[in-house]
Amino acid sequence: MNPTDLIDRENLVSGIPDFRPGDTVAVHVRVVEGNRERVQVFQGVVIRRQGVGVRETFTVRKLSFGVGVERTFPIHAPTIAKIERVTEGDVRRAKLYYLRDRIGKAAKVKEKRFS
Amino acid sequence: MAKKAIVGRKIGMTQVWDDQNRVVPVTVLRVEPARVVQIKTALKEGYDALQVTVGFKKANKLNKPEAGHFEKAGVEPGRDLVELRLDDISEYSLGQEITAEILSPGEKVDVTAVSRGKGFSGGMKRHNFKGQGAAHGNHKKHRAPGSIGACATPARVFKGTKMAGRLGGEQVTTLNLEVVASDFEKELLLIKGAVPGPKGGLVVVKNAVKAVAS
Repeated sequence: MNPTDLIDRENLVSGIPDFRPGDTVAVHVRVVEGNRERVQVFQGVVIRRQGVGVRETFTVRKLSFGVGVERTFPIHAPTIAKIERVTEGDVRRAKLYYLRDRIGKAAKVKEKRFS
Repeated sequence: MAKKAIVGRKIGMTQVWDDQNRVVPVTVLRVEPARVVQIKTALKEGYDALQVTVGFKKANKLNKPEAGHFEKAGVEPGRDLVELRLDDISEYSLGQEITAEILSPGEKVDVTAVSRGKGFSGGMKRHNFKGQGAAHGNHKKHRAPGSIGACATPARVFKGTKMAGRLGGEQVTTLNLEVVASDFEKELLLIKGAVPGPKGGLVVVKNAVKAVAS
């Protein structure tokens, strides 16, 4: 147990689905516009998970109009309404930075097949 | 001088979310009730101050002078004795408990503690010297300070020239930090940003003396 857990425990979000680098996830983000709140979906490949406890973050990469966009979320952020795992990826490393240098079909992560 | 002060112990750093869902880096302090052991007055000691104690100490661990000092005040012996210099000490009485309640969220505070001792450190770490080049034929002088003075005039090194030496382990005050939360029941105080000293170190929190009135 960490000494600061007393504070951190209150800020942990429960019910986070199990997901790992390589998986495709849809992150439902709460966006506040003026006094209206709506939910925006950011879907892409998880290329990294980093940190522990309240400090844990993950990065999602997607292609938006041909431009690579990466967004890093704190996993316990109150702005995240929901995290959905769309597909499970078949990858051999924890950090998928090599995807940044690839284009087209090579930038695709193989889907995990269960035999 | 400060109007109010409390004594805490640094637990560590973490982060919390503010009301706009932004991350706020915070230092967590444990603030146990401090008990007033002695009231120093301008008449007797030459200045106004409170001597307080925090924590607890077994009676058999005390030496006689300590035991007598606590007994005189009628206060349960504590682990540390800390002096708090305040503007007005007339409201305090012997044995009174000072808690984190006196600080509320949003308030600006100054935090004083003894910084981590870094031992004998070179100029780059101690005074933010630039060091020297990595290339261009530099040989074993990458972190050296360079020149420390002129030649035949003055033919000596000036006093106070910045050089390598002991770093840290001295009293440091960080000004104008913000109180994020004050949990009286859990005896915790959350302060935005970093606080000097190691985890477990004793920390004095006072209301900010140079705070800009908002």
